[in-house]
Amino acid sequence: MSATHAAGAAPMGASASPALPRWSRVLAVGVLLALLAFAIFGPLANLFLWAFAEKWYFPNKLPQEFGLKFWEQVFAPRGNAIASLGTSIWIALLTVVFSLAVAVPAGYALARLRLRWRSLILLAFLLPQAVPNLPVYVNIARVFYEIGLAGTVTGVVLVHASHGLVLAVWIASAAFASIDVSLEEAARNIGASPWTCFRTVTLPLAAPGLIASAIFVFLESLDEFTGTYFVGVPDVTTLPLLMFNASMGGNYQIASITALLLLVPSIGFMLVVERFLKADVLAMVGR
Amino acid sequence: MNAREEAGAGWRGYALVAPALAVIALFFVLPLGLSAVLAFRAKDGGLTLEHFAKSWELYQTDLTFTIGIVLLSTVLIGMVAILVAGYLTLGENPRAVAILRWLYRWPLFIPFIVTGQIMRTFLAKNGMLNHVLVGSGLIDPLAAQSVLDWRGIVIAFVWKQAPFVTLLLAGAMASLETQHIEAGRNLGAPRWRVLVDIVLPQVRGTLLVGLVLSFVTMLSVLSVPLMINPNSPTMITVDVAYRINTHGDYAVANALCLMSLVVAAIGAWFYLRQSTRALARQR
Repeated sequence: MSATHAAGAAPMGASASPALPRWSRVLAVGVLLALLAFAIFGPLANLFLWAFAEKWYFPNKLPQEFGLKFWEQVFAPRGNAIASLGTSIWIALLTVVFSLAVAVPAGYALARLRLRWRSLILLAFLLPQAVPNLPVYVNIARVFYEIGLAGTVTGVVLVHASHGLVLAVWIASAAFASIDVSLEEAARNIGASPWTCFRTVTLPLAAPGLIASAIFVFLESLDEFTGTYFVGVPDVTTLPLLMFNASMGGNYQIASITALLLLVPSIGFMLVVERFLKADVLAMVGR
Repeated sequence: MNAREEAGAGWRGYALVAPALAVIALFFVLPLGLSAVLAFRAKDGGLTLEHFAKSWELYQTDLTFTIGIVLLSTVLIGMVAILVAGYLTLGENPRAVAILRWLYRWPLFIPFIVTGQIMRTFLAKNGMLNHVLVGSGLIDPLAAQSVLDWRGIVIAFVWKQAPFVTLLLAGAMASLETQHIEAGRNLGAPRWRVLVDIVLPQVRGTLLVGLVLSFVTMLSVLSVPLMINPNSPTMITVDVAYRINTHGDYAVANALCLMSLVVAAIGAWFYLRQSTRALARQR
């Protein structure tokens, strides 16, 4: 048996490790992949079970009763999940519009114009990601309270936007930088004004990257917890806040259903991200 | 605004960047500065270190605990990312590579708060982890225990952040020149040698950036420790929320925040050193 496998492994030549026959390596890879699959999907499956469990008491391995009772509760017209979902999406949309409005010009300038403090400016946008956010949220909540922005959608959008800007600016800048300059030059040479050139050549070419950055900002806002926790109270309840309150109140079903709602856009984006964020743009990030 | 029309473009460039910078300055740098001011201000308005003394006295265990958890998580994330990205780049079984590429990214955009909720149920005493371990005969039913302590926080962090670093790393590895890798392989070097000696040195910068970003992010995550292990010893973020929500004590909260800022600054220093070196190389 081992002889045939050894013979089978031989044609792989120098590239195969001689220590292990081929089948045992395939088996090892298979086992490792299976373990990884459990590590990734096990927790997700557990969440899924909780979302459809109507009764699940220790020490049962699976819920005693499955059902949609809690889904009805979550989606009831008077239920606050729908309202929170609406609030969350509205805040995320506003955050995207606001972030891109300031990030696209900044990204273009950083990619194309010779700025003396360029790397310093790029680093400045990194600040909100590279510095623990808690002190910022804690104190901005205080400031917003004094100027009447605490507990308002505007206040939450501003907090989300300042945190999402690094992604927006860096990705926008990378998207612009990955465009071949000669295309813009060609447009300029045949008489296009800078604005026309930007609108008809640069912007369409950068669009996939810009869409990616918009989705990043949207998701980050949708999922944001800590900033909303401090700035949004008591009037702005986003989906993550609702989930947190349900979980802390011991209502695992409601918490799991809300978590599932938050998972849908996250996983959807994960599946398509590479369509928007090509390797050439990724390679320019932070350059 | 053509790329080669540099003359006179200077002020326009800064004008384009200004609004974005203003947002950062107003809604990030300013509150951060306020944090520093409040942490040092005594009740009479003078300078004081009493808030730091009090923070240290009350929360030194949690501070050590926080640094330990975040460091351990960072190391584990780095190891997972290197292994997965390395296999994606050098793996010879195309089917396994495709499966791995499809598999590793699932937690990529799952928010921390959802990760917290997921792990809260998965790692509990009656969670799926224990059911599977008991069911497969790996542990005794009586030995089943909740992992919802520091281990749970570490697991949640690694689960959530490793795909992010892996994505960055695999991207960097994919854009490497394949000649070096092939040369190494042709000389008969085993794959792990190629990974350690040829691939990793070239993507060190990307790995470090990913790890530093993860380190700092984890340092200020509130939801995961709050949901997995809110009781002492826990992470500093939980203490900060507690000081504010229960005592309205902004002074001690800000002192605690500044302490974690110092920890993050050490991480940022690594990043800056790396990026200035990269800048020097480009010139």
